[in-house]
Amino acid sequence: MEKPTTIERIFAAHRDQPGALLPVLHEIQHLLGYIPPESVPLIAKELNLSRAEVHGVISYYAHFRQTPPGRHVVRVCCAEACQAGGGEALAEHARSRLEGSDVTLEPVYCLGLCACGPSVQGDETTLHAQVTPKKFDALVAALEAKP
Amino acid sequence: MSTTIYVPGDAAALALGADAVAAAISEEAARRRIAIKLVRNGTRGMVWLEPLVEVAAPLGRIAYGPVSPADVPGLFDAGFVDGGLHALCLGTTDQIPWMARQQRLVCRRVGVVDPRSLADYVALGGGDGLRRARAMAPADIVRAVTESGLRGRGGAAFPAGIKWQTVLATPAAQKYIVCNADEGDSGTFSDRMLMEGDPFQLLEGMAIAGLAVGASQGYIYVRSEYPHAVAALNAALAVAEDYLGDFRIEVRVGAGSYVCGEETAMLESIEGKRGIVRAKPPLPAITGLFGKPTVINNVITFASVPDILAQGAAAYRDHGCGRSRGTLPFQLAGNIKYGGLVEIPFGLTLRELLYDFGGGSRSGRPLRAVQVGGPLGAYLPEAQFDTVLDYEAFAAIGAGLGHGGIVAIDDTVDLAKQARYAMKFCAIESCGKCTPCRIGSTRGVEVIDRIRAGNNQGVDQIELLQDLCDTMVHGSLCAMGSMTPIPVMSALRHFPEDFK
Repeated sequence: MEKPTTIERIFAAHRDQPGALLPVLHEIQHLLGYIPPESVPLIAKELNLSRAEVHGVISYYAHFRQTPPGRHVVRVCCAEACQAGGGEALAEHARSRLEGSDVTLEPVYCLGLCACGPSVQGDETTLHAQVTPKKFDALVAALEAKP
Repeated sequence: MSTTIYVPGDAAALALGADAVAAAISEEAARRRIAIKLVRNGTRGMVWLEPLVEVAAPLGRIAYGPVSPADVPGLFDAGFVDGGLHALCLGTTDQIPWMARQQRLVCRRVGVVDPRSLADYVALGGGDGLRRARAMAPADIVRAVTESGLRGRGGAAFPAGIKWQTVLATPAAQKYIVCNADEGDSGTFSDRMLMEGDPFQLLEGMAIAGLAVGASQGYIYVRSEYPHAVAALNAALAVAEDYLGDFRIEVRVGAGSYVCGEETAMLESIEGKRGIVRAKPPLPAITGLFGKPTVINNVITFASVPDILAQGAAAYRDHGCGRSRGTLPFQLAGNIKYGGLVEIPFGLTLRELLYDFGGGSRSGRPLRAVQVGGPLGAYLPEAQFDTVLDYEAFAAIGAGLGHGGIVAIDDTVDLAKQARYAMKFCAIESCGKCTPCRIGSTRGVEVIDRIRAGNNQGVDQIELLQDLCDTMVHGSLCAMGSMTPIPVMSALRHFPEDFK
């Protein structure tokens, strides 16, 4: 018997889960970095939904991407608490620093690090607080040096 | 015997470099052949002291902070493993004035225990509430919660017991317990801290709710911006199966939608749909998740329940003032010198919180305003800093405590710009179901832009903004549209000079 593909394993794991669409989308994005539009018919069929429902959900949530991101993703918090400590200037700096870089810049509205802003998240796991433009350049350089 | 050393694994501590400090301590201990046991606890909430390293000394836990990896050899030289003196030594953690002045109830174990250890949890009274609840009739559990005076800590402050009673009284073969951990308000992080620092308490509170209303399945809806909280909850669930008995809990991860913190949008999201707000009625307590009666509460609300059951409703109700009973973990954020989590009973003034705990602004400039209760909360000027921290006192000045998040801003901030941001945020995050919120927010940005540019186009733009806000307040389906005018109008009312 053929071994199930990763995507088949994802569907098998969630088939009996009520409201499985978001968990499935999370796993696909975790695997690929985005949710390829060509996967929509397959997801719809496997979860017994319409393609419109699946597309609607993917496009509704800011977290889900429909195009591949750069090699790394940097999220800069743009919410009030981080603004109060210089977040806007940092976001502006980030935009110019990452122009043409293969590190993708995304805004995020609160990482829950509001007492030590401005804060930045690298690749969904690494957190940085009290980020100055200088500190930002260093963390981006470290990411760019990573494979 | 090895000494236990605590280096927080909380997200805020990690963002300030705790992992590197933990690694440096392990390496240095190995190099010096000193036996230590390294525990990654939650944060004590003194964020300005993170990474805050603690050593379990015979007389109590001794704190050192903020520690950088470069400080580590010097700490060992000073004998910090035995609680030795060092420039970074802060004394006994519990006696640091900022901590000693607090009254930690719901957060009493956060930062103290190893969040992955069920044994730690049980050793500090964990499980007592659930054990009691198992011996009680459902109606008696609900009565205890009602009598405690506990109100929903997510922001709306609805009495928890009344909500539970509605679900208990609605017959159904299947009911659900849903924890709203979509803590999206900027300036708030108490849910995150609790989930990362004491996850078992939340699980226990939900299991008690299950017994109270007859539900066997729970969900925790956590925002995707909180991967560390998700990991902490899943790790806790992996070892809590026996402890929870027949009650099952699943963690569901959001996907970057602020409005999913609105309870009906959250239900839609758990059901696998777009996070679009539902019209109420029907109430979720009657027709909730998958159409079934559902208890929905915030993290802090559920986490408050075990001690209410264990120690009795009266012990909880004895804290606080007026109709605001118990404690609220306030969060000091933004431009504040000593930011972090302050759990105190209701009744102090905002000024005491901002200056006695917060120490004023981080920038050293005068505080111009604070926004209390997230992006939908009012901007309060200095003249209102003497307002008492309780739900009714805040309602009386047209504000709200919300989830207890306080964002401080100094005198360099333009409040008209903040008002514009409030409208812009609403435009970005509106679910789009109702017109006042979907369209009104965009028109709001445009009107404020005209005001700031001094371009009145022959119409009084201030009056237009007030009219627009009035429409949003009265015509929106949920708090997103109906409360966005609160920061806008409070900024306009208290800082009219910025709108000229």
